[in-house]
Amino acid sequence: MIKAISNLGSYAIETIEQIGRTFNLLLIIAWKMCLPPYQIFPIIKQIYFIGARSLTVIIISGATIGMVLGLQFYNTLERFGSVGVLGSAVALSIIRELGPVMTALMVVGRAGSAICAELGIMRITEQVDALECMAIPPDKYLVAPKLIAGIVSVPLLNFVFNVVAIGGGYFVGVIMLGVGEGSYVNGMIDSVVWGDVRLGMVKSIIFGMLITLICCAKGFYLHLSQYGSQGAEGVSRATTDAVVISSVSVLFFDFLIGALMS
Amino acid sequence: METANAIEIRDLDVDYGSRRILSDINIDIRQGEIMVIMGGSGSGKSTLLRCILGLKKPSAGHIYMLGTDICHTSNKKLYGLREQIGVAFQGGALFTSMTVAENIQLPLREHTNLDENTIQIMTRIKLDMVNMLPYENLMPSELSGGMKKRAALARAIIMDPKLLFFDEPSAGLDPITSAELDELIVMLKESMKMTIVVVTHELESVFAIADRIAILGEGQLVQVGTPEEIKSSTDERVTGLLNRTPRKNNVDKDVHIERLTRDKE
Ligand SMILES: Nc1ncnc2c1ncn2[C@@H]1O[C@H](COP(=O)(O)OP(=O)(O)OP(=O)(O)O)[C@@H](O)[C@H]1O
Ligand SMILES: [Mg+2]
Repeated sequence: MIKAISNLGSYAIETIEQIGRTFNLLLIIAWKMCLPPYQIFPIIKQIYFIGARSLTVIIISGATIGMVLGLQFYNTLERFGSVGVLGSAVALSIIRELGPVMTALMVVGRAGSAICAELGIMRITEQVDALECMAIPPDKYLVAPKLIAGIVSVPLLNFVFNVVAIGGGYFVGVIMLGVGEGSYVNGMIDSVVWGDVRLGMVKSIIFGMLITLICCAKGFYLHLSQYGSQGAEGVSRATTDAVVISSVSVLFFDFLIGALMS
Repeated sequence: METANAIEIRDLDVDYGSRRILSDINIDIRQGEIMVIMGGSGSGKSTLLRCILGLKKPSAGHIYMLGTDICHTSNKKLYGLREQIGVAFQGGALFTSMTVAENIQLPLREHTNLDENTIQIMTRIKLDMVNMLPYENLMPSELSGGMKKRAALARAIIMDPKLLFFDEPSAGLDPITSAELDELIVMLKESMKMTIVVVTHELESVFAIADRIAILGEGQLVQVGTPEEIKSSTDERVTGLLNRTPRKNNVDKDVHIERLTRDKE
């Protein structure tokens, strides 16, 4: 019994320490990014890795989700005889909710896990220490480009996702099920206001930062966590944790931002 | 502050969690000498090196590197000092996403404004020194253990550091490469006036390169001295290490059985 309580206590302490370390990392990087040398090339490389290489999966999932939404909304709206609002229904749910969330989740699976594993392996094979000893700050050299790339790529991917998904809804609604083209497009244009677009943008910028930060911190601080001494297994556990924690945080922050901004 | 000692270690205690790894270590490493740190596996040699490099904070004590107390100094000063040192880690620690040549060039690219040509030539010179010239375009994953060690050494000396640290240079190398590496280390000391700290087990190379030897045993400093002093030592732990006598199990029989059978808490 006492053991259970003490385990719970040490678990709580470790969790709080991790949260602290993660935000500390964010602050350190934000500060160090203001100081020279500025590095552009590594950022571009990371944008390629996080952004461009995720494009396929974003397009496929965007098209699928758009088509599913088109189908579902059509079935529901038909019962009320209001298929005319199909365009607005699809566009609003994509732009406000599903676009940012699905994009973030896809990036977590596609790039977040890889980032965490890469940094974790660099940590346990002393590559991070080697950087320190060469007087190259590893947080700035390794983590900062990934973080910036995350903040830049996720909103861009979100934009692609939105376009493809709305196209998918159009395909199902207008071409397959015969909703009028005019009512789909015009309904969409009339109902989507700047506030919706802004909400989606804010969400995807915050998600982009959140998921890269969590995945980076999990790998970069591997040696300080309870998995630090477990070698390859530790890396795999930390990666699993990073994926779970960043996915859950995306959903939680989705609610939080939605509640605060509307 | 200019002293004759490149590194001074004073009353150093180091812990991992609640486990004491090193206690009360005092060593002076003089400018321009090769200091070899010896000791059994797990005696804390790598840990001592990590402390000297500022990668692990000791629980107590001071380490002065080139006159600066690295345990109580600003990050900026520490990074300034680190530009003057080179480190070759036990496992190489080459960056797996770069070729051998790119690995070696990294410090030059980060800390100097040399033009591309100069960087290439300097890389080749250092690769040639460690006999790795034919492999400059391979990835670290395509190298053998010994080749990784040599590439790591080339990276450590690319900036012509004042201080060179080398963890287990000859472990896993064939006798010829190992002898070549010993020769290279001595050459670096003599021609470039480097101060070199080497961690090693290989007795042959120890006596081929060492100016002085420090012996660690179970977290304590057993002896520091010239090779002659070490050879003529009568300390059981030193002679044991030199003559390869297996550790005696001088624990009481009952205690031993108790140790093997007791429950884990
Ligand atoms: N990250 C760590 N966490 C906890 N204990 C550690 C850690 N690293 C090393 N130790 C412990 O510190 C002690 C000394 O380890 P160290 O790596 O310094 O030994 P070593 O003398 O370099 O051995 P070897 O010759 O095998 O390289 C060992 O008992 C080890 O269990
Ligand atoms: Mg070691």
